[in-house]
Amino acid sequence: MIPAPFEYVRAESAEGALAALGEHGDEAKLLAGGMSLLPLMKLRLATPTVLVDVGRLRDLSYIRDAGDHVAIGALTRHRDLEVSELLAAECAPLRAVAAEVGDNQVRHRGTLGGSVAHGDPASDLPAALLALDATFAIRGPAGEHEIPAADFFHGFLETALAPDELVTEIRVPKLPGARFSYQKFNRRAQDWAIVGALAVRNGDARVALVNMGGTPLRAQGVEEALAAGSTVADAAERAAEGTEAPADLNATPEFREHLARVLVRRALEESA
Amino acid sequence: MEDVRISLTVNGHPHTHDVEPRLLLVEYLREILGLTGTKVACDTSSCGSCTVHVDGESVKSCTMLAVQADGSEVTTIEGLAPDGGLHPVQAAFREHHGLQCGFCTAGMVMATVSLLDEIPEPTERDVRLGLEGNLCRCTGYHNIVQAVLAAAGANP
Repeated sequence: MIPAPFEYVRAESAEGALAALGEHGDEAKLLAGGMSLLPLMKLRLATPTVLVDVGRLRDLSYIRDAGDHVAIGALTRHRDLEVSELLAAECAPLRAVAAEVGDNQVRHRGTLGGSVAHGDPASDLPAALLALDATFAIRGPAGEHEIPAADFFHGFLETALAPDELVTEIRVPKLPGARFSYQKFNRRAQDWAIVGALAVRNGDARVALVNMGGTPLRAQGVEEALAAGSTVADAAERAAEGTEAPADLNATPEFREHLARVLVRRALEESA
Repeated sequence: MEDVRISLTVNGHPHTHDVEPRLLLVEYLREILGLTGTKVACDTSSCGSCTVHVDGESVKSCTMLAVQADGSEVTTIEGLAPDGGLHPVQAAFREHHGLQCGFCTAGMVMATVSLLDEIPEPTERDVRLGLEGNLCRCTGYHNIVQAVLAAAGANP
């Protein structure tokens, strides 16, 4: 399968990428690792006429201690997250979820910023960043601003990112010693989650769901129940509240709702 | 659309070509360089048959543009061992019969070499997880895992 023709622009800097986006408008797409975009282009579900390649912006590939949070450059690959000692010490859930994305080959190419900007509700990392209360640094023609993950994901593959903006950094609050569990249910090892559930316990309990609606979701009913003193079993029964599970070849909405309750219970038990 | 000039090293040899931006790396390797050891099977980034190394790490060459490999060092199955010889991973696959029809084998071997570079002394679980991006439709996984463990110096 061959993508439709497009013009290729290689950005040598973030400013260069923004200039190219400004010039070509919403006909252009940014290309980072390409692990989400290229399969869509091969299937011709995406047909951008200009690709702006930001994959070589190595100055946007880093994992740094920034005081109360860990600052991660948007071009940091899943593989870099997976082996980061800083993340192991300060934000272990993100490291563990990164290790569950795709397979080795995909993790060698795919980037955190790419996954965020793509906004796929079936991806592991956007849901993890939602559970971890991350914020995203966005650069555009008007300068830089910050958006919390909770306000970023608007709908299926739709985000707060404007066509002329670039995610530059992901900021994840430190959670040393937090207990967590990520439960990912799929048919083949490297597939997207049919449903995924991440529980993070650090005093409070936060639960995020993968592939249970148009965006990654927090399981608010579960979090409220736990905060009010419910048992894990009772709280997990509320996992599908407020979700709009999709139907596809893998699962009906009803099956996904069942999976959400089971996976949330397992994640809460394992992180207890 | 305008062609883009790329210069890269493949199996130690420098190459420069003007390519269409949409040309996939696997097509560049197979159809322009004639390196047909790398296979295309699923063509959807699922099966791993097209695995090659870019700057020493395994990637699926059906889901990478040739222009993204500009300036890189690419290694395919043809470049793994010196002329006429076998890489230790290839030798282990032969010794332990880690293949049946052979279509997935080039990708399995390339994924294995990258895996052992990252985890030199893997457990059986490390091997099974590390090769999750490579499918064998003959379902010959048992001997593949034995071959990888043998190549790593473990006693399979």
